[in-house]
Amino acid sequence: MRGLSVRYGRSVLALDGIDVEVPDDGVLAVLGGNGAGKSTLLRAVSGTLKLHRGAITAGEIRVDGERIDRLDPAVVVRRGVVAVPEGRQVFARMTVEENLRAGGLGARSAADRAAARRRVHDLFPVLAERAAQRAGLLSGGEQQMLAIGRALMSGPRLLLLDEPSLGLAPQMVGRIGGIIREIHAQGTVVVLVEQNATMALRVADHAAVLEVGRIALSGPADELAASDDVQRLYLGGHAESQAQAETEAAAAQAQRRGRTLSRWVG
Amino acid sequence: MTTFVQLLVNGLGKGAVYALLALGFVVIFKATEVVNFAHGSLVLVGGYLVYELKDALGWPTAAVVGVLAAALAGLLIERALLANATSADHNGLALLTIGIDVIITEEIVRRVGADIPFIGDPYDAQPIQLGAVTVFRTQAIALVVGAVLIAAFLLAFRYSSWGVAMRAQAENREAAALMGIRSSRVTATAWLVAGALAGVAVLFIATQDFSGAGLGRGTHAIALVAFPAAILGGLDSTAGAVVGGIVVGLTEALSAQYISFEFSKSAVFLVMLVVLVVRPSGLFGTKELSRV
Repeated sequence: MRGLSVRYGRSVLALDGIDVEVPDDGVLAVLGGNGAGKSTLLRAVSGTLKLHRGAITAGEIRVDGERIDRLDPAVVVRRGVVAVPEGRQVFARMTVEENLRAGGLGARSAADRAAARRRVHDLFPVLAERAAQRAGLLSGGEQQMLAIGRALMSGPRLLLLDEPSLGLAPQMVGRIGGIIREIHAQGTVVVLVEQNATMALRVADHAAVLEVGRIALSGPADELAASDDVQRLYLGGHAESQAQAETEAAAAQAQRRGRTLSRWVG
Repeated sequence: MTTFVQLLVNGLGKGAVYALLALGFVVIFKATEVVNFAHGSLVLVGGYLVYELKDALGWPTAAVVGVLAAALAGLLIERALLANATSADHNGLALLTIGIDVIITEEIVRRVGADIPFIGDPYDAQPIQLGAVTVFRTQAIALVVGAVLIAAFLLAFRYSSWGVAMRAQAENREAAALMGIRSSRVTATAWLVAGALAGVAVLFIATQDFSGAGLGRGTHAIALVAFPAAILGGLDSTAGAVVGGIVVGLTEALSAQYISFEFSKSAVFLVMLVVLVVRPSGLFGTKELSRV
């Protein structure tokens, strides 16, 4: 991706000449706060900017040397680039199985589709168990699994994930992180766009930080995790101390709850 | 009792035809969120070709050509006009279909001229006598053909890849595009299918049995009665279209017999209003929910 600029309407410049190289050999995390342009970046790659009244005004996106920035989203999927949108967006009124079928419509052949289905069921056994259930009735974590599984059905070479940890319990965030590593180990290149920097830097090998439409920092994930700027801005101090702070907060909350209860009972 | 049985067959037969038209409305609305007001003109396109060709080609061939022509007319309207109006919103596109409807309808009415032809030659005005019960042959055949087509449509919608793509797009356009579903193809096939169903419906509507209204404004007006059928079933529900069609057909037949023929058309709209008061999104429609 070179010199990419994106505008919504005439005035809002969401991305301003950014360069991002997705390495073949690891998970890339793109970090940034609200409005930094993370989702815009994924929309630009997957070709769905038009649905949000946005357009690429400069620059280009190439996959294996071929430009994909002027293609229809359906054609981008056929080039092996698939995105999981923010907020999961599973087809709630359709069954789990039908969601996977919809994901498989972009696959090249029936054999590819069958192989992808085996892979998805191996990664997420719960999706096989709940095949006939409506997707809207799944828990948030299961819906995220379905959204990722659905995206894998077309056998992508590059998988883009938009905030997979959003609204999930910490334990589920950990599981999704593990699954992302596994998907990568199976040979799919993964780009992870996240506000949850702790999770993203734990999962990723490389990272880039987006700030108001520009790349502010980039490099190996462990170097970024150790950098003062990232710690201050995205990790709330030291990574270890955050975990400690969470434990303390939970303990304090439990204590408060206890006090309130005793007052009501007494 | 015999009158009631006659009315039932008559009403169900009409209902099946309205259901075919209502399915057309629904399938286009689901794929594009556009209400297609040009549906009546697609009905006339099919009927007009049958009228023009049946003497030269024979009725069966003309009927097939008519259905195909209505399907292609639907496809053409979508590809040439709606697909190119990229900056228009759904309401703008709905208004566009009103314009298309006026132009096509007026042109066909002008071409047909003063005579108002009937096009149901093989079955029209040949009642079937079953003991004491007399049934219109047109409505009886419409009921069978309608049932077969509706069943085929609903099965395809539920189980085929086309149906999965259509439902996915109806539910979430962006997520469907991200799955590699070609939105333009889904939309185009929706118009094609809706046009074909309209082409079948006209074979039964422009007859003496159905209404006595030949090919012309009368047929166009009847096609619009399918609109309340789609609305009262729920504009985004295929099952609702079928139920809505049958409700409209039965309401029309029963009120024409027991109240008055003139009242039967208003009765249909009255039923629609009552349903909408009780269930604003129709019998089977999805409730519009927004989180605040």
